[in-house]
Amino acid sequence: MKTRQTRDKFIRLGFLVMASISILVLFMILVFLFAEGVPILKKVSIWGFVFGQEWYPTSSPPDFGIFPLLVASLAVTFLSALMAIPLGVMTAIYLAEIASARFREMVKPLVELLAALPSVVIGFFGMVVVAPFLQDTLDLATGLNLFNASLMLAFMSVPTICSISEDAIYSVPRELKEASLALGATHWETIRRVMIPASLSGISTAVILGMSRAIGETMVVLMVAGGAAMIPTSIFKPVRPMPASIAAEMAEAPFRGDHYHALFAIGVVLFLFTLCFNLVADHIAQKHKQVGAATL
Amino acid sequence: MKSKWLVLAAAFLVCLMAGGASAGSIRMDGSTTVLPIAQKLVEAYMKEHPEVNISVSGGGSGNGVKALIDGTTNIANSSRFLKDEEVKLAFEKGVYPVPFAIAYDCIVPVVHPDNPLSDISMAQLKSIYMGEIKNWKEVGGPDKEIVVVSRDTSSGTYEVWEEKVMKKERVYAGALLQASNGAVAQTVSKNKNAIGYLGIGYVDKSVKALTVSGIPGNEETALSGKFPVSRALFMFTRGWPTGEILNFINYVLNPQKGQKFVHEAGFVPLY
Repeated sequence: MKTRQTRDKFIRLGFLVMASISILVLFMILVFLFAEGVPILKKVSIWGFVFGQEWYPTSSPPDFGIFPLLVASLAVTFLSALMAIPLGVMTAIYLAEIASARFREMVKPLVELLAALPSVVIGFFGMVVVAPFLQDTLDLATGLNLFNASLMLAFMSVPTICSISEDAIYSVPRELKEASLALGATHWETIRRVMIPASLSGISTAVILGMSRAIGETMVVLMVAGGAAMIPTSIFKPVRPMPASIAAEMAEAPFRGDHYHALFAIGVVLFLFTLCFNLVADHIAQKHKQVGAATL
Repeated sequence: MKSKWLVLAAAFLVCLMAGGASAGSIRMDGSTTVLPIAQKLVEAYMKEHPEVNISVSGGGSGNGVKALIDGTTNIANSSRFLKDEEVKLAFEKGVYPVPFAIAYDCIVPVVHPDNPLSDISMAQLKSIYMGEIKNWKEVGGPDKEIVVVSRDTSSGTYEVWEEKVMKKERVYAGALLQASNGAVAQTVSKNKNAIGYLGIGYVDKSVKALTVSGIPGNEETALSGKFPVSRALFMFTRGWPTGEILNFINYVLNPQKGQKFVHEAGFVPLY
């Protein structure tokens, strides 16, 4: 009897240690991120850093203004959301509501497989196939631009959005749907008025998680966004989102130099963005939680 | 990208191993441009002389020279010659840095193979990269917008370009930034309106190398100093080298040994 209890205690302790380690590691990364990023504030004010128009970290004197990078990140994320949300959500509705069970069984794993596609492959596709195509058909100066990057990011966030939304729609209680149909509503009216509102929290979570994947994505934007540190004047202009700048410059930034600290500070900004996205997603998921069939 | 990280990781490992510095150990610090050459050289040298331990780090040319003067490193890699202040500081401390040119770095402007242009002047290059010339017809090409491709600002290639072509002016922000020589070649080869610049080791058939004011960029013109966008890369030692350091420098300068790796790393060897 005693040994069973001690064993139980040890197992519980083991799980606790494991859980603490992963949280601790995350926490330490966070501390490190801030510790390496904050020293740049000795060289430039927060205002000057976030709203500065010039990013010339290696010239003398250097300029550490990340506004063009910030705008670029928001622009690619927003534009990719515009493309990915209709695609992802509509695919989800089709799979959950309209497609036959057999078709759904077949297609859903395929969509999820798309999420497993390495980002460097998507980036390469954008660089070698999509960029020359855009250049020739639209007669652009360069195919490596905001639009191309957004398109590639949309590819990447569609699986996330679709898969999570589909789960949400699929798990709407059966009674709701049956009641709606029994009241004489058509299938379309049921989807529009009952199924979507009932699964809205799940869909919103899906959209925000998809967007947070897009804003943090590095390889794709490094390869296809073009990399001009300028505020874009059209969607066909090259841009340089924040992760691309970090990835391109970190390898050769002098250790603990100003440039190094500035890149970590960009990492902090990026972290704050994804944190916000995740908090919002969490909040929506909690607030509009569908409990049973009675809350609609 | 990946290779850069590998080099860094390797350098880091080498640093760790050199932690307990022994008698047969050499420390090397300095330019990130020279780092890929130094890394290859050190690997090969340590394979041949397992008793010698060489640590390499890349803190930038300035840091390397400073470390040499302070005596915290034995060899300083530098992508430029000493500055006046550095010479003065060294003499004050009674240190006589001895330069060894170990390789040449030659950066060639490239365009798409279909571009009719074959020659360009330094002034035109500068104006294009400052964003003043925006159309190919202004330099005798077709009526098309110029797409300027540049490197990330922390790369050694960018550094040469900034120093030799831009002459203190900034590359304008609308230039496309690519993170490696390979990516620049890829971008230029896929875009008829693009102009970029590559380390000479990366120029291939997919792009067209421009001559600068009539001078083609090749190993010969880089060595003779005729080609304007080239520079020597140095290793500095504290006084005339002796013992292991001398052996290493001799190895580096040996055409059959060290200089082979210079070529492999994409730079112009001395011979």
